[in-house]
Amino acid sequence: MLGWFKKKFESRPEEEQGPGGQTVAEPQAMVANGEAAESSDVDSAPPVAVVAEQLGQPSAPASEFAADNKEPEAGLKFFKRLKERLAKTHDSFVARVDELFLGKKVIDQELFDELEEILIMADLGVGVTREILDRSRAKVKRKELCEPLALKKAIKEQILAYLQQTDRPADLVMPRQGPFVIMVLGVNGVGKTTTIGKLAYKFRQAGQNVLLVAADTFRAAASEQLQIWGQRIGVEVFTRPAGADPSSVVFDGLEYANARNFDVIIVDTAGRLHTQVNLMEELKKIKRVMGKKIENAPHETMLVIDATTGQNGISQARLFNEGVELTGLALTKLDGTAKGGIVVNICHEFNIPIRFIGIGEQMEDLRDFNPQDFIDALFANDHE
Amino acid sequence: MFESLSGRLDSVFKKLRGHGKLTEENIQEAMREVRMALLEADVNFQVVKDFVATVTEKAVGLDVVGSLAPGQQVIKVVHDELVELLGGDTASLVLDGRQPVVIMMVGLQGSGKTTSSGKLAKMLQGKGRKPYLVPADVYRPAAIDQLTILGKSLGVPVHPSTTDQDPVAICKSALHAAKAAGHDTLLIDTAGRLHVDEDLMGELARINSALEPAEILFVADAMTGQDAVTVAEKFNQDLAISGVILTKMDGDARGGAALSIKKVTRRPIKFVGMGEGLDALEPFHPDRVASRILGMGDVLTLIEKAEAVVDKEKAAKLAKKLKKEGFTLEDFLDQIQQIKKMGSLEQIMGMIPGMNKIKQLKNMPKPDERELVKVESVINSMTLKERRNHAIINSSRRQRIAKGSGTSVQDVNKVIKSYTEMLKMMKKMRGQPGGLGAMVGGGKKRKRPKGLTR
Repeated sequence: MLGWFKKKFESRPEEEQGPGGQTVAEPQAMVANGEAAESSDVDSAPPVAVVAEQLGQPSAPASEFAADNKEPEAGLKFFKRLKERLAKTHDSFVARVDELFLGKKVIDQELFDELEEILIMADLGVGVTREILDRSRAKVKRKELCEPLALKKAIKEQILAYLQQTDRPADLVMPRQGPFVIMVLGVNGVGKTTTIGKLAYKFRQAGQNVLLVAADTFRAAASEQLQIWGQRIGVEVFTRPAGADPSSVVFDGLEYANARNFDVIIVDTAGRLHTQVNLMEELKKIKRVMGKKIENAPHETMLVIDATTGQNGISQARLFNEGVELTGLALTKLDGTAKGGIVVNICHEFNIPIRFIGIGEQMEDLRDFNPQDFIDALFANDHE
Repeated sequence: MFESLSGRLDSVFKKLRGHGKLTEENIQEAMREVRMALLEADVNFQVVKDFVATVTEKAVGLDVVGSLAPGQQVIKVVHDELVELLGGDTASLVLDGRQPVVIMMVGLQGSGKTTSSGKLAKMLQGKGRKPYLVPADVYRPAAIDQLTILGKSLGVPVHPSTTDQDPVAICKSALHAAKAAGHDTLLIDTAGRLHVDEDLMGELARINSALEPAEILFVADAMTGQDAVTVAEKFNQDLAISGVILTKMDGDARGGAALSIKKVTRRPIKFVGMGEGLDALEPFHPDRVASRILGMGDVLTLIEKAEAVVDKEKAAKLAKKLKKEGFTLEDFLDQIQQIKKMGSLEQIMGMIPGMNKIKQLKNMPKPDERELVKVESVINSMTLKERRNHAIINSSRRQRIAKGSGTSVQDVNKVIKSYTEMLKMMKKMRGQPGGLGAMVGGGKKRKRPKGLTR
């Protein structure tokens, strides 16, 4: 993902800093806010510097230096912040796993029982938990595993295999030409609009020209919410008055985009429960309309899932997938104590890659999902 | 993938029939099934553990009565225990005491606080109170606008907060404003926050001590998984919540979070959110949620829904008419329209026990709403004479009807066939005492000599 952003970034340096001019004040205030909110985070300096640099010379392309420098630093910061944000998740989980493994010399039923508890508590679900444990149990029986630490490693690998088995690449794939259309959907209150804001920021940072289409015409003040995000980031937002037909908003939005030169179009849809047949039909229609206006659009149909969701996440993924065929997942609210284990389940069952994770309310709090890092962060400990 | 709990328990207990008593050993397998059902419903692991232990204790020693299958017996024990855990003290809002009464909504992001505030305002308004909505979410973009728009559509005044104000200050000034304007109920919609965010939790505590709300309602998403316990515990610890609102219960979540939250907070669940409309706030029924957690469907809600749409007078009239003229195509049309009023077919199916699981199968044909529309238009294209006597519908009439309704002759045939089948069924039922008569209400039971009934 980062790599892709970079490639795009280098190939079109002259287009960097498009319509940023009028929104200069906003991002600055925003960054200041962000800093205040995490005053403990000493390392929050780099984004300020980067933004400040861009603000200083709004018309000049960001120098190679800046682009090259950003990569490793961002990477480091990413890992640090990810670890930090996941610390709470990690503490409770890992501390328990360690306690479990360090005190043990042999693998016994008690150990399996406790492992079951840990996996279920992470919302992996009874079925998957059973599957994972049964496999390990079989290995133990065949004497392939005989010490607790090896068992831990085996379980880790098993979860990783579930996360990696999807045959679709976890990177967003751009169409060869024309704008990249992303449709974002999910049940109510999972964080669709916030995720879109962060995603737009990510594209914006990579020098893309982004349009947000506010197709949530149902919930009160939904388009206002998106507009505020647009101002913060400095991207255009296409809106229609509340109560308009969402498909028509999308139609007009894409027409508007066609006449201009946008690289990325992100469509925000109203939150809906997957069991509501009429609303699912509406979603199908929105998708059809996109395809009529721009070839093969939407190129990405992304389901947003809340990390606190339990086994109902399976039902959500199933019904949304049946309705509009999902191509990616975003897992939000991972900065709490919920472990979001349901995505292991979803990945395993539906073969949909996880693209992003949300780890906070600031605009830089959206990360590429990296299964290895993710599991490492969950299991990482100082003794290793 | 999964059968319903009752089905699974029945198979577990098959071998048990005839044994004298339920013992610890012979219900162990059954308890494993109960445990699975609860975990699948997202009840917290620890809560499940305790629950299973309690139920085992209660079930051991029960006689296996001949008439009641042991599976049913265990389900009854489980169900009763669930109801007791979920229910307990009745839960209405505390609105007496010093006026204006303050109600504070708290919870995680996206749990549905703002929508629930709107719903609650509407409900209180209906009860003759004068609610005043206070948006105290200065963090999420456009959160204040959202509540303002909701207030406007309800005709409930909303405190003019702005995002540069401190939430505690907003609440204080809102209290004065409400007093001055003669409102008796303050509804404070706070920002969604993570329970691990100490700063924001501190802010809630400050609002709490500044306003001393009569009710602090913890708003929780019915789809929440294992984490529900951690979150609820923390909110309760910091704020001593007075009740819970369970939202998004109109989906297909089994709602095990309800049990987890109730268990750790010991606070009553006061309302459930059943939809996005502002009147979709209902009182909490422990028995229904218990059935749902066990995956046993929600028959009561189904019956209630049916009762709400079936006009009793109309039903009585129909019963009379059926006796005199028999069941015509017009009555058939009427029935279809009533079914449609109950909601989408899928929703209705979801409430039928066992159906929920079938619905989740991948290749299960979905009930098609359009079929109903087709049937309607076919019948609507018939003449009155045809509707009263389907026997006269010959092939040329069929062709005409198909043309008129924009369907094909096959569709017309299908409608007539399903109608005649229903007719046959009704005739059969009429032969039985308490059959059709009892079903459509009214009508006397005819006594027959014993030998004549089948």
